[in-house]
Amino acid sequence: MAAERFPVESSHVLMFARAIGDENPIYADPEVGAKSTFGACLAPPTFVQASAQFDPTYPLRPRPGVTWFGSGATPSVAMTEAAERAKEAEATGEAAPSSGGGGRGSGLHAEQHFTYHRPLLVGEVLTVSTRAGETWEKQGRKGGLLRFSESITEYRGADGSLVVTARAVGVLTAQPVKEA
Amino acid sequence: MLRASALAVGQVHEQVVVDNLTRTQIVQYAGASGDYNPIHTDEVFATQVAGYPSVFAHGMLTMGMTGKLITDLVGDGQLLSYGGRFTSQVWPGDTLVARATLTSIEHTEGEAVANFEVATTNQAGVVVFQGSATARVLPD
Repeated sequence: MAAERFPVESSHVLMFARAIGDENPIYADPEVGAKSTFGACLAPPTFVQASAQFDPTYPLRPRPGVTWFGSGATPSVAMTEAAERAKEAEATGEAAPSSGGGGRGSGLHAEQHFTYHRPLLVGEVLTVSTRAGETWEKQGRKGGLLRFSESITEYRGADGSLVVTARAVGVLTAQPVKEA
Repeated sequence: MLRASALAVGQVHEQVVVDNLTRTQIVQYAGASGDYNPIHTDEVFATQVAGYPSVFAHGMLTMGMTGKLITDLVGDGQLLSYGGRFTSQVWPGDTLVARATLTSIEHTEGEAVANFEVATTNQAGVVVFQGSATARVLPD
């Protein structure tokens, strides 16, 4: 994730808490927050994942001027456009571009781990830095190679000290993952 | 905040964290988290392009819902760590039960930390999320 500045805002935390079905007032009611030992509302434990909202080029959010890979007039606008470009290139004798969207394989979230150095308060502005971790491969149970890659994200408060450390593991599958 | 003396190793706490998960809640999570991946939000793409039987939930939605059980149990702002693996997909219509089992309590210098095993299962008994959490508790 490439968000560098992550303001932890009250309406965003409210929306996130609603989405996970958690009506705890410590996430939503400023009076409850002010009267708590923390002096402010808190963010739920998995909230830092929503820093994606502050990544200007986050690829899993549609953006103006960028072809989205979900459906529109066709099941996948991006794949339709890529196929048209390939057809055009073939017709004009140019080499076809290497196939980008493989189609039926996909990248999935395999693991997520958080370390909490202190509670995350609503109203803070965090700085975010992400680095790549290990990569490894494993043979899937139903055939097909699974490629795992790890990333470590540090969320720091205004004084530069760590608030949350997140470790994510993603897996790239050669085919759609079947229900276990 | 929990008191260490009120806890017994092996104790299991459980909660139904979602009953009949809707596509709308998945979209609600997409909007809040910012992850609009069409495998979660777009039935046409998920079935016709990606080859899945339907859209399915973000792993982080399951982890977020499971987190409610843990924070309800240990209290606000007491978590030290929380993590796990997404072991099976969660589909619209699923009902999930999250369970936290106390595995140990560690006492160090006037502080106490409770360790929990965490597992969330669907209505068929399949584990969809498996991990652990640690939280501060009152040492007594």
